Amino acid sequence: MPLVTYRLNDDENVIDVPEGTSLMQAAIDGDVDGIVGECGGNAMCATCHVYVLGDAVTRLPAMADDEAEMLQCTASERRENSRLSCQIKMSSALGSLAVELPEEQ
Amino acid sequence: MIAPIVVVGGGHGGFHLALALREAGVQTPVILVDARDGLPVQRPPLSKAILANGDATTRGRAQASLPFRPADFYARHDIRLRHATVVEIDRPRHEVRLADGDRIAYSHLVLATGARNRRPDIPGVDLPGVVELRTPEDALHLTGALDDEVDVVVVGGGFIGLEVASAAAARGRRVTVLEALDRVMSRVVSAPISEHFQVLHAARGVEIRTGAFAAAIHGDHRVAEVELADGTRVPAGLVVLGIGILPEDRLARDAGLSVSNGIDVDSTLLTSDPSISAIGDCAQFPLAGVRRRLESVQNAADHARTVALRLAGSPEPYCAVPWFWSEQFSSKLQIAGVASGEEDAVVRLDGPRGFSVLHLAGGRLTVVESVDRPADHVVARRLLASGAMVDADRARSAGFRLTDLLADAE
Repeated sequence: MPLVTYRLNDDENVIDVPEGTSLMQAAIDGDVDGIVGECGGNAMCATCHVYVLGDAVTRLPAMADDEAEMLQCTASERRENSRLSCQIKMSSALGSLAVELPEEQ
Repeated sequence: MIAPIVVVGGGHGGFHLALALREAGVQTPVILVDARDGLPVQRPPLSKAILANGDATTRGRAQASLPFRPADFYARHDIRLRHATVVEIDRPRHEVRLADGDRIAYSHLVLATGARNRRPDIPGVDLPGVVELRTPEDALHLTGALDDEVDVVVVGGGFIGLEVASAAAARGRRVTVLEALDRVMSRVVSAPISEHFQVLHAARGVEIRTGAFAAAIHGDHRVAEVELADGTRVPAGLVVLGIGILPEDRLARDAGLSVSNGIDVDSTLLTSDPSISAIGDCAQFPLAGVRRRLESVQNAADHARTVALRLAGSPEPYCAVPWFWSEQFSSKLQIAGVASGEEDAVVRLDGPRGFSVLHLAGGRLTVVESVDRPADHVVARRLLASGAMVDADRARSAGFRLTDLLADAE
């Protein structure tokens, strides 16, 4: 299965993510700190904010309107590589990647 | 040794309180007492993803995503999960008594007891095939029943009833919604929003009957039809009750705490006993000058954070901007803010897709309801947090966008 690396400060968690599972859900299931996921993956709360590292950005699924807008509500600064991890589902096209978790959700 | 912080209820409020305490650096032992077996679970998927059509894999995935966190989380954060029912609060001794006779001492007690479903007091309500929705078990039972039954009657046209109706219709069921008032969701949304969803449901084959009271449910060994107050009978293989909830305030009431519509708390979410807080669906709290009880994920989680920060030594009054959402068919409803009761102007903003309804009280924005307009919703949250004033005439002028106000405010 594709591997997703979640980085928070000096901590790194590497999780096997099945296809069809969101990066938020995989982090929750893998007991990764730094992702809250208050609304349960409905693009309502912006507490599963991640920064996608490297060229994986180009392989991500396109952002729907609600994700793009909700990224205005993140507790930490929005950057060009900001995404809501509940909206990124693992797929064969995406494959392994690394994300950095913000200081605050 | 300091007694633990005891949290009663493993719903959104209870879970987020335990999480927020640890995030705030509080090291006091935490005991989360949950009457339900298993890991604490989130509820929004129970009326959405769990009820959606899908193969075994999709359903399995939806079910697996219910727990807030895996078991390891609780051990790692020294949060003790105790599966038990609290039957009494012994305030003089700072203890709760459990159904099995055990007692747990607390340094602070947080009531996150949630709510229970209202049930209509009508004949036949206990027949097999009459179901309600609160727990994961209810949702799994309901989604299984939707595989088998053709005629579904939903009693109550609120969020839950309409989300169930939407899921059932998408699965090819013949659905009738009985709403006692003159429009659906009337307690929580304005008329244009009700209208939109009524049209949407009708277009997908759901029959919504407003002004319709279920008077009795009939069937020999199992539900067969629902009789309305006017004598009409509607065939039903499955009846889903969704007529609202009542705050679970019995423990507080028995303990002599102040209780009205829910457990009374002050602006910091303390009850009339300074050692006891109440959060989420069960708590009635002051917000923007009105005492109210809100039933939402956001309210429970933000209440939890406010109490956790207080217990960590940083008390602040609760002031979060409420938000709610619902999904029915392809339409997403997002609401920011709550009405003050003094609204005197309504402005509708239409776009190529979807629309928003702005509510103003004395020129101040109080509520924004958006249908498929996520940009408006997000801007509305920021405007409401800053107490934005809105000129209704300007908002009605051609080309006006909500973001224009944000530019003014910043």
